[in-house]
Amino acid sequence: MEDVYITRLEKIRADILASQKKAKTIITICGGTGCHAYGCLKVAKAFEEEIRKQSLHRQVSVRTTGCHGFCERGPIVVIQPAGIFYQRVKVPDIQEIVTETIKNKKILDRLLYVDPRTEKSIVKEKDVPFYKTQERIVFGNNGFIDPKDIRDYIALDGYKALAKVLFDMTAEEVIEEIKGSGLRGRGGAGFPTGQKWEICRKADSEVKYIICNADEGDPGAYMDRSLLEGNPHSVIEGMIIGAYAIGATEGYIYVRMEYPLAVENITLALEQAKEYGLLGSAILGSEFHFDIHVFKGAGAFVSGEETSMMASIEGRRAFPRQRPPFPAQKGLWGRPTNINNVETWANVPYIINRGSEWFSGIGTRKSKGTKIFSLVGKINNTGLVEVPMGITMREIVYDIGGGIKDSKKFKAVQTGGPSGGCLPAQLLDLPIDYESLIKAGSMMGSGGMIVMDEGNCMVDVARYFLNFTQEESCGKCVPCRVGTKQLVEILTRITQGKGEEEDIKRLERLSKTIKATSLCGLGQTAPNPVLTTLRYFRDEYEAHIKEKACPALVCKDLIVYYIEPDKCVGCLLCLKNCPVDAISGERKKVHVIDQDLCIKCGACYDICPPKVRAVSKYTGKKKDRILKKTSKRRVKR
Amino acid sequence: MKKILSEFDQSQKELIHILHEIQKVYNYIPYEVIPEVAKKLKISESEIYGVLTFYNAFTLEPRGEHLVTICMGTACHVRGAPMILDEFQRRLGIDAGQTSEDKQFTLETVNCVGACALGPIAIIDGEYHGQMKTQEVQKLLKGIDGKDG
Repeated sequence: MEDVYITRLEKIRADILASQKKAKTIITICGGTGCHAYGCLKVAKAFEEEIRKQSLHRQVSVRTTGCHGFCERGPIVVIQPAGIFYQRVKVPDIQEIVTETIKNKKILDRLLYVDPRTEKSIVKEKDVPFYKTQERIVFGNNGFIDPKDIRDYIALDGYKALAKVLFDMTAEEVIEEIKGSGLRGRGGAGFPTGQKWEICRKADSEVKYIICNADEGDPGAYMDRSLLEGNPHSVIEGMIIGAYAIGATEGYIYVRMEYPLAVENITLALEQAKEYGLLGSAILGSEFHFDIHVFKGAGAFVSGEETSMMASIEGRRAFPRQRPPFPAQKGLWGRPTNINNVETWANVPYIINRGSEWFSGIGTRKSKGTKIFSLVGKINNTGLVEVPMGITMREIVYDIGGGIKDSKKFKAVQTGGPSGGCLPAQLLDLPIDYESLIKAGSMMGSGGMIVMDEGNCMVDVARYFLNFTQEESCGKCVPCRVGTKQLVEILTRITQGKGEEEDIKRLERLSKTIKATSLCGLGQTAPNPVLTTLRYFRDEYEAHIKEKACPALVCKDLIVYYIEPDKCVGCLLCLKNCPVDAISGERKKVHVIDQDLCIKCGACYDICPPKVRAVSKYTGKKKDRILKKTSKRRVKR
Repeated sequence: MKKILSEFDQSQKELIHILHEIQKVYNYIPYEVIPEVAKKLKISESEIYGVLTFYNAFTLEPRGEHLVTICMGTACHVRGAPMILDEFQRRLGIDAGQTSEDKQFTLETVNCVGACALGPIAIIDGEYHGQMKTQEVQKLLKGIDGKDG
């Protein structure tokens, strides 16, 4: 009987493969949120129309897939099986692509990616430097699968691991396999997944729950969304396997409401999985029953904390609570509950299919496998990158990320979201894993990597994060509620030039107290951005406090905009674009900013032609001199 | 309202789902519905008030005709999102979280929409506008006003 059902899945797979063979060429269009914003849906529609118009629909199929990761270059089109990589594709390009590339097999040079270092055009996706250094396992299938069609996932060995587990492995064997792999939680803290499952397995209860934490709240991190959007079934398969190992009967996927496409795709994927007998009662004909529900979050960062998340699912305010009891003993509605992050669940089917030894062969001694990072900020190649643990920051920023935007100087990488820290240039060669990041004062977090250049003020960045955690603090415990507020106030006054000598000491003392006494992870890590910037960029704090200067020229109260008389060509551009009419002047005569009216919006700085570059920003003593000079001029007038 | 409530079980675990649905239909949570929801779920009105004011998704004030959302994620921040927000606030004459007097615009911020390659981003009625510059703000707002005639 068991064999019958395994064969049934295999038969479905064979049928799907046979039907897919008919189309020789597949045009895949990235359908992630980033490419959506670039207008990929219009591109996909135009392809379909053009294919029909040229009567190619028998040989060519069009597929809107999950995120390809290279968001900088969207909308991305990859023509398979050749792997031809076209970037920044717009609707007017479609006809030519179909006629030239699909029909006449000619490559369109203008749509290729040009490696800025060698200035050579690259034809194939796998040769693009952004992809070359990556090791795409969890993300590997994103670019091939239509997330709205379960058949694409099944065709690529989807749900094979589930069948293996249900019919060939005991729950204990599954747990041993995951333990042996060394997989650790990808949500941030890095707790060993197998051990977590084992504790929950051993808890005595008839009802147990599992939860998929998709409340990806760290700003600048979007790998979980991309997985849910692009390959939802890998997450579902991982969850079913986990439920089997733990003995859970019900599961929840808690998704951020800010991710509408992820909610849509995962909901659809669950329906399709039910249709194919992969969820519900007697899964694939086994004796195992399990069901999954989607829970749409309501916009509270603290819900990402596990005890808060359970409160939220129960329909209450997302307040965290004291642990123990741990969720594995008393979780959702008082029952043993296991929570893992999206990326963690998505790793599970691969480990079952390829074995724990294969997995533990990747990475460092204590951090195994790959990790997906979202590389964003002042970087040339913004996108999602999957790399083996232990890779250095330099490799990520320069080899994959293509270095800093506009050839500016690298200043820092912020990892770990609001709980993490800013790492300076001297740590670029640090091999990245859970331990090394903690040691450096930051943490893995969900994998956001925000790159900053010389034009970013580190005091301002610390203030930004504390403002964030202060607003998102649930208010239950005093150190977090009041402490973060005090930190923001001190940091704000430093950025306004009202900082006091004692402030640095105050920040340090208060940060340590908040870390030691807060109830949940949010408060315990909230001061990290302050502590790391104080550790690595103390000179910037000192400049703000002692010289009332912002060396990065960011803090509004500490800078002035000034038009250099020897550079201004009198083109009237800035004058016309100033929103408060603070600029005076005539054509071909030097323009002047009235410092009393200027609101420092930066419009003149942005609009002044790059060849002219007459608008400068000044801080400190130079700023004072300019203010003095311009006020003198006013008196004269 | 009856129709919304009829689709849910009589249990507190439905509360957030119900509030989502009400917000979707009415564009805000009218005070008057709180007692009805309380009766249905057999929980106190204060519990419901507590939950709906806790989460950012729910508002007790009606929103404007057009919703302008500025992403304040880290990647957008380092690329100048605060300047964009300032400019929207100045042009609309309202602070983030407020609705203009003529009920045309509501200005909100969001912690991150995960479209970091396009930062700084403004989302107007669901449409993404990437790589924003301060001088583009006025043009964008004018475009919306124009549509309304």
